[in-house]
Amino acid sequence: MSSVSFTINGKAAKVEVEPKTPLLWVIREHLNLTGTKFGCGIAACGACTVHVNGQAVRSCAVAATGIAGKTVTTIEGLSSDGNHPLQRAWVAEQVPQCGYCQSGQIMQAATLLAKNKKPTHQQIVQHMDGNICRCGTYSRIVKAIQRASKEV
Amino acid sequence: MNTTPTQKTPDVQIKRRHFLAGVGGLTFAIGLSEGLITGAFAQSNDSKASLSAWVTIGYDDTISIMTPTGEMGQGTLTALPLILAEELDADWSRVKPEYAPPNPQIFGNPHPILNGGQATLASIAIPGYFTKMRIAGAQARRILMDAVAQKWNVPLSELSTEPSTVVHASSGRKIRYGEIVRFATMPAEAPKISPEDLKPANRFRLIGNKSIGRLDVPSKVNGTAQYGIDVQVPGMVFASVLESPMEGAKPDFVYSADALDIPGVLQVLPLPFGVAVIGTTVEATRAGRNALKIQTTWNTSGAVASIFDSELAKPAYERHAKDPQAKPLDHFKRGDASTSLQSANKIIESSYWTEHCYHAQMEPMNCTAHVAADEKSAELWVGTQTPFLATVVAAGILKTTPDKIRINQQLMGGGFGRRIAADIIAQTVVIANAIKKPVKLILSREDDMAAARPRPMTFHRMQAALDPQGQLVGWHHRIVAENVDALAAPPRFNARGGRDYIGWNGMEIPYYNVPNVMAEGVREIRGMRVQPLRGIGSGHNKFAVECFVDEVAIARNMDPLAMRLDLTQQEPRAQAVLQAVAEMADWKKLRQGRALGLALGEYHGTFSAGIVEVSLNKSSGKIKVHHIWLSVDPGLVIQHDNVLAQLEGAAVYGLSLALIEELNIQKGAVVQSNFNDYPVLRMSDMPEIHTRIVSSSAPPTGMGEIGVLPIAPAISNAIFKLTGQRLNHLPMSPKRVKKVIT
Repeated sequence: MSSVSFTINGKAAKVEVEPKTPLLWVIREHLNLTGTKFGCGIAACGACTVHVNGQAVRSCAVAATGIAGKTVTTIEGLSSDGNHPLQRAWVAEQVPQCGYCQSGQIMQAATLLAKNKKPTHQQIVQHMDGNICRCGTYSRIVKAIQRASKEV
Repeated sequence: MNTTPTQKTPDVQIKRRHFLAGVGGLTFAIGLSEGLITGAFAQSNDSKASLSAWVTIGYDDTISIMTPTGEMGQGTLTALPLILAEELDADWSRVKPEYAPPNPQIFGNPHPILNGGQATLASIAIPGYFTKMRIAGAQARRILMDAVAQKWNVPLSELSTEPSTVVHASSGRKIRYGEIVRFATMPAEAPKISPEDLKPANRFRLIGNKSIGRLDVPSKVNGTAQYGIDVQVPGMVFASVLESPMEGAKPDFVYSADALDIPGVLQVLPLPFGVAVIGTTVEATRAGRNALKIQTTWNTSGAVASIFDSELAKPAYERHAKDPQAKPLDHFKRGDASTSLQSANKIIESSYWTEHCYHAQMEPMNCTAHVAADEKSAELWVGTQTPFLATVVAAGILKTTPDKIRINQQLMGGGFGRRIAADIIAQTVVIANAIKKPVKLILSREDDMAAARPRPMTFHRMQAALDPQGQLVGWHHRIVAENVDALAAPPRFNARGGRDYIGWNGMEIPYYNVPNVMAEGVREIRGMRVQPLRGIGSGHNKFAVECFVDEVAIARNMDPLAMRLDLTQQEPRAQAVLQAVAEMADWKKLRQGRALGLALGEYHGTFSAGIVEVSLNKSSGKIKVHHIWLSVDPGLVIQHDNVLAQLEGAAVYGLSLALIEELNIQKGAVVQSNFNDYPVLRMSDMPEIHTRIVSSSAPPTGMGEIGVLPIAPAISNAIFKLTGQRLNHLPMSPKRVKKVIT
């Protein structure tokens, strides 16, 4: 067992886990922040995307021990009240269907807008291509990102 | 939506409460059968009559409406309560949907596919429940109005309603529903509501209202939406299952020492369906499963599929398509197709293949269960398309009765048909029964794929007869495939004499005016665990039908649109969607280096026509779809934006199936293992999708499947127009394209 301390959604966290435990399961089952989803376990679908020190990472493929001292943000911590421009845009465009992948989509999109406030269509596609949506909401995801980009 | 394990779905057995002082609400339980009142009526919920819909109104004006289906992205958690709320004249802002418990006697879907069963499948929630839930809403409204009429001593005819308010116009008095339920008494029997008592469409406030969004959307952007995989139960342990690679294969040699060495692993349990690893953390059970994977061997002596190889089997399928001894069963017939072929002036023939494909729902299969110490009851937390089946299966395992199984329905991270089968629920109950603790089973993606319940591999032989004038007078379609209904719905399969309701769906072409038609099926028994997948049989059958319509049009030297318009003269709804999509895509306009292809889809009364614009990279074999235009006639539109969302989403699903997806089977086992070797469509493959609803006054029909149907045939038809070569094998992957087009 290893003891790992880090900051998650602005709060200090300390967990006792086996060293190879993926960050995903620490977030979901140890810290009970279940908005971050498990989809594939091999960093191929993007459902588990969170921010580590501001970068979008696949939490299923990052060992918890590797985030000691770092800052993690999950969908629950993206905004204090669900009012991040992307979250509002996602509602306005009625993006989610089953909704399972959308936490990961929003977290992935947030790092795009953080570095590029007015992304082109091509830049959006390039940035989002690692995130699968099986309900096929891709067109609406693009529209929602474009809508949010007008506000940030 | 924010369900938690401790917040149970409402129970059928809620204690009788009379006027609910201190309870804060009044529950209507309304008896319906075949859409009209026949059953007993009771204020409380313990009636044994054929109750079918509940409305609970709180003193604070909140209105809880039971939703008899699950929510997997299709939107019925909003649309069904909305239908009831319309007739109740409810203030929509105060409506809260709740999952109805599994109880088909009350909450069954009268649609012929389910015939009173309770399940979420086949795009039949809206058409099946539409009248039933409107009447339930109208009855609840009438009870409120009767109570006010009595209280104020005014005739019922002088009362009307505004949202959640009863109004007496001549005296100017108004009273809110939340106030009425404080004094309302229940009538001895339910008010009689006939279809004429229901609102005419021009008075709808909620149905078709474009400003009303889906109720579950806000929870799906902030992480609070709870799916089955998110369930936490006090004292819970975790499980993983190394899934058996095929039906009937049992773990043979299991070397468990390495798994048991992993900290947190409590137990390794070889079971008939695989090897379960139980542990105190998810990561322990996953690591344990990986340790087992290396060394476990399987006894396949009882597995029919063990000698099945999806490539090697193909010649036999092709033989059976022509074999007069193959004993086909008819699915749809009109006139005498056989004679029309014998006397034809010209016969056109073709054949088509589709491969096994996988649902790839984003939330891997999972279930949480707690079996009581006496083994006679259990509580389950699971997102399922078939909650009642789940209670029957769990009760069967525990040798108890379904009423002893409590289901806490959860949101589903995609279903697409995969959450119809109760296999993972059964596995969880077996494990929970062995360990007598609450347990959450989460399959790895690899096990989810190994335990796939795929759409079957299908072969289609098509023949068309032309008379001397060149008219299409005969049509013969034979499908050769494993039968889905044999596994998914054995009672229906047997009752229909071995006809595959699911797998053969879409071979019927009543809307095409061809005088002699025979659509028939030949059954293969290969041991694959085939199940319904989005699009149902129409997903593969419309590929064969609509490609072949184009082949006939080409043989007749006719424009494919003109031929379809000619064949559908008796079916104005088909004509309308065809004309709409042709206009949307500017069908006649030539595109440099690109071509258009058309297909028509029909699924249980929903019509859709699709046109795609494609180009082809001949050196890589990759098809690029640039545009999809889709028109749809879903009858009455309940939620405008959700109709479009379903159409877009199904089109993307259909595009992925058409171009990319195939499961290969070797020695009965699925070859692929995860999204790295079973890719699905990503954003960079997206065309522009253009949609249009063609309004009609038909009753509402389903929207979940229809968008899948036109995509694959339209692409094949477009590639033919572009290259003169026919792609007749799904998926039209680069490898396969290059075999045909050089």
